[in-house]
Parts: sequence; C-alpha cells; structure tokens
Amino acid sequence: MKTRLMLAASLALLSFSASQAAPTRGGSMVVSYKDDVTTLDPAIGYDLQNWPIEKMLFDGLLDYEVGSTKLAPRLATAMPKVSADGRTYTFILRPGVKFQNGRELVASDVVYTLARVLDPKTKSPGQSFYTGIAGAQAFIDGKAKTVSGLKAAGKYGVAITLDAPNAAFLNIMAMNFAYVVPKEEVAKAGADFGHKPVGTGPFKLTSWPSGQQLVFERNPNYFFQNLPYLDKVTVKVGLDPSVAFLSLTRGEVDLLGDGIPPAQFLQVVHDSKYKANVLQRTNVNTSYISLNTGVGPLKDVRVRQAINMAINKTKVLRIINGRGVLAKTYLPPLMPGYDVAEMGYKYDPAAAKALLKTAGFPNGFDTVLYTTSTDPNPRIAQSLQQDLAAVGIRASIKSQAQSTVVEAASTPKTAAMVWSGGMAWTQDFPDPSDFYWPILSCKSAVQGGWNWPFFCDKALDARADKADQMVAPGQSAARLKEYAGIFSALNKQALWVPIYHEVRYMMKSDRLIGGLPELEDPIHNIVYERLSVTK
Amino acid sequence: MTTVVLAPVARKRRNRSLTRFLRNPAAILGLVVCVLIVLTALLAPWVAPHDPDFQFPEGLTMEGAPLPPGGAYLLGTDLLGRDLFSRIVWGARASLTVGFVANGVAVLLGVLIGALGALTRGWVGTLIMRFTDVMLAFPVLLLAIALTAILKPSLWIVALVIALINWVPIARVVYSEVAALREREFVEAANAVGASGGRILRRHILPHLVPTALVWGSLGVSTTVLLEATLSFLGVGVQPPTPSWGGIINESQSYLTTAPWLVLAPGTAILLTSLGFNLLGEGLRDALDPRGGL
Amino acid sequence: MLGFLGSRLLQSVLVLIVASVITFTLAFLLPADPARMVAGPSASVATVNSIRHELGLDRPFLSQYTSYLNRLVHLDLGRSYKQSSEVSALMASRIWPTVQLMLGAIALELLIGLPLGIWAALNRGRWPDTLVMGLAFLGAAAPQFWLALSLVYLLAYRFALFPLGGYGGLNHLFLPALTLGIGGAGWYARMMRSQLLEVLGQDYIRTARAKGQTPALVLLKHALRNATLPIVTMIGLDIGTFMGGVVVVESVFGWPGLGRLVWDAIRVVDIPIIVGVVIFSAFAITLANLLADFVQPFVDPRVRYR
Repeated sequence: MKTRLMLAASLALLSFSASQAAPTRGGSMVVSYKDDVTTLDPAIGYDLQNWPIEKMLFDGLLDYEVGSTKLAPRLATAMPKVSADGRTYTFILRPGVKFQNGRELVASDVVYTLARVLDPKTKSPGQSFYTGIAGAQAFIDGKAKTVSGLKAAGKYGVAITLDAPNAAFLNIMAMNFAYVVPKEEVAKAGADFGHKPVGTGPFKLTSWPSGQQLVFERNPNYFFQNLPYLDKVTVKVGLDPSVAFLSLTRGEVDLLGDGIPPAQFLQVVHDSKYKANVLQRTNVNTSYISLNTGVGPLKDVRVRQAINMAINKTKVLRIINGRGVLAKTYLPPLMPGYDVAEMGYKYDPAAAKALLKTAGFPNGFDTVLYTTSTDPNPRIAQSLQQDLAAVGIRASIKSQAQSTVVEAASTPKTAAMVWSGGMAWTQDFPDPSDFYWPILSCKSAVQGGWNWPFFCDKALDARADKADQMVAPGQSAARLKEYAGIFSALNKQALWVPIYHEVRYMMKSDRLIGGLPELEDPIHNIVYERLSVTK
Repeated sequence: MTTVVLAPVARKRRNRSLTRFLRNPAAILGLVVCVLIVLTALLAPWVAPHDPDFQFPEGLTMEGAPLPPGGAYLLGTDLLGRDLFSRIVWGARASLTVGFVANGVAVLLGVLIGALGALTRGWVGTLIMRFTDVMLAFPVLLLAIALTAILKPSLWIVALVIALINWVPIARVVYSEVAALREREFVEAANAVGASGGRILRRHILPHLVPTALVWGSLGVSTTVLLEATLSFLGVGVQPPTPSWGGIINESQSYLTTAPWLVLAPGTAILLTSLGFNLLGEGLRDALDPRGGL
Repeated sequence: MLGFLGSRLLQSVLVLIVASVITFTLAFLLPADPARMVAGPSASVATVNSIRHELGLDRPFLSQYTSYLNRLVHLDLGRSYKQSSEVSALMASRIWPTVQLMLGAIALELLIGLPLGIWAALNRGRWPDTLVMGLAFLGAAAPQFWLALSLVYLLAYRFALFPLGGYGGLNHLFLPALTLGIGGAGWYARMMRSQLLEVLGQDYIRTARAKGQTPALVLLKHALRNATLPIVTMIGLDIGTFMGGVVVVESVFGWPGLGRLVWDAIRVVDIPIIVGVVIFSAFAITLANLLADFVQPFVDPRVRYR
C-alpha cells in the first residue's frame, strides 16, 4: 500500500515537474496577418499588429508581467524612485544591455528616444502622451533645443520631471513609444528606420520583402539569457483570413494574428479537435454608438436616454456569433475603476417611446447613422436601425470608408449617430484616464478630436485632473473611486450607447506552445519571446 | 410612284423580321427570361413573400448562423435573418437599373465615342482617344469616394459612375475596329460616290459594330452588377438596407463553405439576367439583319 | 512611322500629367484627413495638427501641387504618409509580381478563351456553341473573390495541387492567374466568336471556299488575321488594367502586387502612394495602347498609321 502511494506520489511529482519544465529552446513559427505591416519604428507604429512585433525588436524601461497589467522593470533594474512631490522619476538602467549593432545602451539613449517622440519632425502618434514632461511644449514649439525635464544622471541614470503629478505616468513609460532606439541607426536610416529597425530586443529583423513576409531571428546577445525560446519567427502578411485558416489546419501557419475569421468561427468552436488550440479573452475595449449632443433632437438628454433604451444589445451579440460581452457603461469590466454596480440602461422599447413623447417627439424623428463599410459593421448598423425604427426614430444609414466616417464624426454638428464598429475605443494602457481625456473631455470636443458626442463639462474635467494628481501610493483606491464617480455622471448624460466589449479569440496550431498569458496578453496581445514549439 | 411601291415592301420586311424572331427558340427564351426578370422587379411588392429588410428574430440560429434554404424561407436567410428570396426579388430593381441602364448607356457611349474618335480626322480624334487613356489610368475607386462627399449617395449616382467607367474600354475596342473598317474598300467606294459621313457611319460602320456591342452589352451586365457592390462598399450607391444582388454577394462571400446559398442564389440571378439579355439581343440582331450575323 | 511614334510619345507624356493632376486633386478633395489616419485615434488634436503641418497638408492646394510636381520632375515620388518609406522603393518591390500576374493572367485568358471562341464559331448553333456561351457567362458572372476562394479550397486545400497562397514560382502564380484568366476568358471567347463569324460570312471568304481552298487554310490565312484586330486592342486594355494591380486576387492569395498597395493607401488616404501608382498605371496603359495601335498594321495590312 505504501509503495503504491509512493509510486503514485512520485509519478505525480514527475508529471508536475515535467509540466513546469522550461519550454524547449529552438524551432520556428509562422504567424499570418491580413494587412501589411506599415512600420516598425516604435515611435510611429501604433496598431494591434505592429505593437507585438515592435516588442520583438525593442525594449522599454518598464514592461508588464506576461499576461497581466502589473508593471515590472525591464531595461530599468527596478521600479523608479519617485520624488516627494510626485513629479520626478529616477530610473537606473541595467548595465551591459547591447543594441543589435553591438553598442551598449546608456542613459543618453533614453533621453534621445523620448525627445524624438516629442519632436514634431518624427510625426509620432504618441507625442501627446509625453507632453506632460517639463519643457516638452517649449521643445515642440522650437523654443528650446532640449527637453528640460529629461536628464541623464551619469551613464545609467535617467531623471524625468513632469509639470504635474500623473498617476498614469508609469503606464505611459511602458508604452511602445518609450522603447529605446539608437541614435546612430536612426540617423543612418533616416525616415526608413521603420523598415530597418535596430533595437535591444530578443529578436532582430533579418528580411522583409515588401508585401510578403517579415523574418525575425533570435538575438544571441539578449540580456535576458533564457529569452527568446524560438530561433525564428516568420510573419506572413497580405493573406486572406479564410486562406490563412486553411493554412493553419494544414500546419503551414502556427498562429492567426487576426484571430478566427468570422466566417469560420462557428465551425471552429463546435469542432472538438480545435478546442485545445482556441483561446479567448475579453478585450479592454468598448464598441458603442456615439450620440452627438450638437445635432438636433440629440441635444436633449432624454432623447439620448431613450435611444439607449431602444437598442437590443443581445441581438447584436447574436449577429457577431457571441464574440462579445454586453456593455453597460463606457469602461470595460477589466479596466481598473470599473463599477460593477453600474447597470446602464435596460432594453425597454416601450419606456423609450414614452420618454421620447415626454421630450416632445411623439412621432419620433429622422436622423442619420454612420458606419464603416467593412463587414460586419453595416450588418450591425442595420440591426440598430431596425431597433430605432421600432420606437419611431427613422435612421438612414451612411456606410462609408473608415477615413470618411472618422472625418464626419470629428466635425462638429455633422454626424448625429456613429456606430464605432471597427474603431472600438481600446485602452492604450490600463488606466481609466485613457477612457476619459481622449474621448469625453472638453479638450477633445473640438474639430478633429475623437470626442464624437462633442460633450464638454468643465467641472468633470477638473475632477479628472485632480484625480490624475493623486499619485501617492495609498491614494490609488480613492482615485479609482473618483473616476467611477465621473463615469457615473457621464452615464446619466447618455453620450454613448455602449453595446459590447469584444471577445478576442486566438487560434494556434498543435505544435505552438502558448497559453492565455502569451497569446492573449492584455497589452501586447502576442508575446513572441515566450512562445515555443514542440520538438 | 416610287413611294407607293416602297411602302408595302417596308411593311413586308418588318413582318419578316418578326417572323424570324418568333421562329428562333433561343430568342424567345431570352425574351421570356428578360420579361420575367423585369416583371419581378416591377412587381416586387407582390412577388416577395416577406419584407426584404425585416430581420426576423427566428431567421438566425441562436448563435447567429443563417438558415439554409427550405422550411419557412424559400432560399434561406441571410446573415441578418432576412428572407433571401425576398431580398433577391427586390434586389432586381437596383441590379437591373445598373445592369441594363448603366451598362446600356456605357455601351452606347462607348460605341459612339469610339467610332467618332476613329472617323474624325486631326487632333479632335486624337484628343478623344488620349482622353480615354487618362480615364483608363485613373483609379475609379478614388473617384467614387470623392463623389460621395459631393453628392448624396443613391442608385442613380452609382449607375452614373458605372456608365462613366465602363464606356472607356468599349470605346477603345470600337476605335480599333472602326480604324480598320475606315480603310476598307467599300468605305472608300462610298466616299468616292459622295456619300455623307453620317450615311457611311450608319450604313457601313455601325452594323459591323453590333456584334461587339452585343458582347459587351451582355457580358457587361454581370460585371456592372458586381461592380455596383464594390462601389456600395465605398459608400457610393445603394445604402443598407436596400438590397442588390452584388451587395448580397459582397457581404456573404467569405461564408462560401458555411453558407454557400448566400452567393449561389444572387449569382444565379445575375447569370440568368446576363444570359437572357444576350439571347434576346442576338435574337433581335438575327431577326433584323440575318446577313450580318449568319 | 517615326512621326507616329514621336507624336504618340508626346501625347503619352501629356496623358501622364493629366492623370496625375486629376488624381492629386481628387485625393485632396477627399472628405478624409490623412493626418488623422497617420496619427491614429489616441493622438490629441494638437498632435494631429502637428503631423498635418509636418506633412505639408496645411498649405494651400496650389503650393502642395507645385511641390509635388517639382519633386516629380526629379523623379522623386515622395514618401508615404503612413509608412515613411519612399514611394518609389515601395512600388519597385511590387512591380515585378504585378507583371508576373499580368502575364500569367493574359496568357491563360488567351489560352482558354481563343480556342473556345474559334470552336464556337465553327460550330455555330450547335452544342459546342451553347456550351462555350454558357461558360463565358459563367466566368463573367462569378465574383472574383468567390472564384478565388473556391479555387483555393478545391485545388490547394482539398487536392493539394498548388500552394495555399503566397508568392513564389510558377506553382504559386498559377491559381491567381487562373482566377483572373477564367473571368476574362469569356470575353475573348465571345469576341473571337463574333469577329470570326462576321469574317467567315464575308464574300471573299466564300469565294475562297468556292474556289476549293481547304477550310483550314482559309481560316488561317484570312479569317483569323482579320478577326483578331479588336482582340489585340483588348489585350492592350488588359495589360493596362492588370498593371494597376488586382486587389481582390492579390488579397486572397497574398500576392504582393500594386493592387493591394494602392487599395490600402486609398483606405488611409496615403496620397503619395496613390498618385505614384496612378502615374505608373497611366504609363503602363499608354504604353500598352501604343503597342496595340502599333501592332495593328502588321495584323491587318490595310490599316495605315494615322
């Protein structure tokens, strides 16, 4: 009896240790994408596709733990020291980190990188995230040659001073824009740096025939010696998702970068042989209808609330085969500061009609609903149209190219209702301020801004500003509570009809080893350095 | 005296054309198909069993998959749970406007401009042909998007855009044909005899262009209907939920393996319309001028 | 003949200029903001304006156009807004695949279409004629995307005769070329048939037959030569169309051609790429049409140069 127990125990121990064994080193994988990669310059490339790829080539001072939203030091040896007034952050760099061209990384590289993001000539989309650094605006305006708030302190020390404390600053430092680039390589390649990237990262780019594929190979001198696991990653571009899917089932592709194509979705989730290879996670984003407070009947908050009550969100979820979670408010559930108690507006067409009558529209009114023309958005728009018609709102649909929709939506008094499909508001970093300032604040309620409801409440702006300055470690709970209050007030204004938060499904091949943390990372989606393949 | 003799001959010729047409089974088939399709479009409210735009809650499975043909919906449902058959019936309106009207205008324009370009001496003819070169080089998609800004998107706008795109290749082909015809003996002979340019055009050149016009007119029905879908995708033309055959195909193409009826049904409609028009056209051509087409 | 070539070349340059002006103007008039497309949704309005200024998009139209023209004269097509790479470099890597696809597609169109057209004409009214007509219409009515996916599914997946998309040698080229070939073959078949029928009915053909010359000889000597005139023009048109790229086929098969490049550029209003591809396309079309017009007198000796 004892022997059998011991045998069982040792077997269990063996299997436990086997599953905890380090992933096999070596091998290669293929990932496929529908769209071409535009650029790999971390200061410029900013979409779902090139973010994880930039992480292969570059590193930042800070990063997130794999599969989580917890910050961790990367190029820095530890989390930075923060000054008493909360405005100065001091980072100490790891010594001995080498760029792929052989040179060691030093503090002046960090200063150069951040100044480059701020430099108007770089045309970085991330410029506005770093304008809180002291002296940034003067640098941008050309009044100063350097950014006064960026200082190198010795060979490995970097001190960054802000104009005002910002609770989201560390998150901003973990963004791809702050990934360190070598000055001499940027100077050498000029505007082509995005196609000839050189960084400190675990992989280096070895070939990129335009429009076909990108090939990455292991960086043998990477400072984390156990990373990456793979020797080679091939990124195939331009392949139609349905054809990519066929390639995956044949073993020619290991990962579908865009997720499971909608046309094959139901077939895949019903097939038991794919079960182990399909991963899902709710994205930190919200798809919504924006309601323009400057257009006609939508000026009245009661009308906007009625619209919220008229929409059948479950029906929309059915159209997208359940690849979403019903949204009740602006923030996604996984965003810090999300209020579980927030119920949103219930689907109640009768109540909607009654409210419209109170607001002075017993016979409804005519309006326009914009949508992008890529599938499934026109379909979803038509479902929304039918719901609105049921309460008397006759919405005609304008289905256009995305660039045109964005232009109309960001012009005041133009687009009454815009379905955000294809342009869901996705977190830039896990902090609620990211769901306020760019899309609901007074600052963004201007021509060209992304505040499509064109809503401006200076009091709420002031509250958010104050909340962002609550940087002391003990204040974080209070800060999130303050933001919850802000969004609760915004909910009453019914500026959006939040419909769903996307659920992202990833599909991998049998030979690819990777779980939720590596393939559904909340920030970077795919963490290539931690993927491996079976021998 | 001449007029008295000619009149009965003319009447007899017309009667003979009619008889020839009626004796041609392919032509009759073409006529029947075309008439049926046009009637379907005109009588859509009565032919369609359901509202083409209504999204039936029971039209999709619980997971949102469309229903195959059979059962409550003759041809199944589309990706929003709407009755496919009703949508195809109503879609005939948009697609016929494009396939017949837009394409027809394109062919007419193309034939006339192409012929004109070849017959006009000097720089006018050259200008016309270089203009077609510019039109051919031009990305039509760009034009389509730009137009949405200026004009309110509608079926007639898309028909106009299609006509403006499609006349160009026809003009090029016709130009080369007429350029060759121009040098032929009978034209030179007619010129020598003193026949006017218009007469030459009418009696000697245009009849030779009928086969080309027919080819482009009939095959063009399909391509223009499919082109309309592409343009709608860019925001020009019919806006959702208005059905069109090309539009239905466009939104369901990826579902080729899981819901093939969504492409096969409108595709068959396009094919039948195109074929029917061709049979009718050829039948008419044979009936009116049996010599030319053998 | 030299005079013909000379004047046509001059005209071609004019065509290029006009096409580029129109394209540039239209792109400028588009109701979309290239700066916002570069900046992305998260960038503040200040950043978007800064990017707009750096791209020179806040200058008046005439100023922008003259700068563009100035660069063009120095053979500089500018830099892509979104990718920052030089447009000429981006295009250069895509031209050869586009040419390959064009050659393959036209070859298959002719290989499939012409014999079928001849067969139909020689059997007018009988079953081969009906079959060919049916096939021609089927080819034209089949939506390109659907046809491409079907071919991939059948010939590359079910029966692994060809690779599942991607760029490479002849076996990678075959399916995309076949997709385009099937779609276009019908036109060549129908044109060949109708042209051949018309020529076969001509008096001089009947005379030759009456004289006892064998049908094959008659066919080859007289009929085909006259019938192919408009077909030569059609080939010229096809060259021009395919040189602008075919986005649907390129997208399904992952073929790195100009079609996908310009389609993506239109989506984000990347004006330098759009105008660059249009100029190249215009060049290809004028060249192809020039060649087609040039070849005509050799095909039909009665046609003279203008």
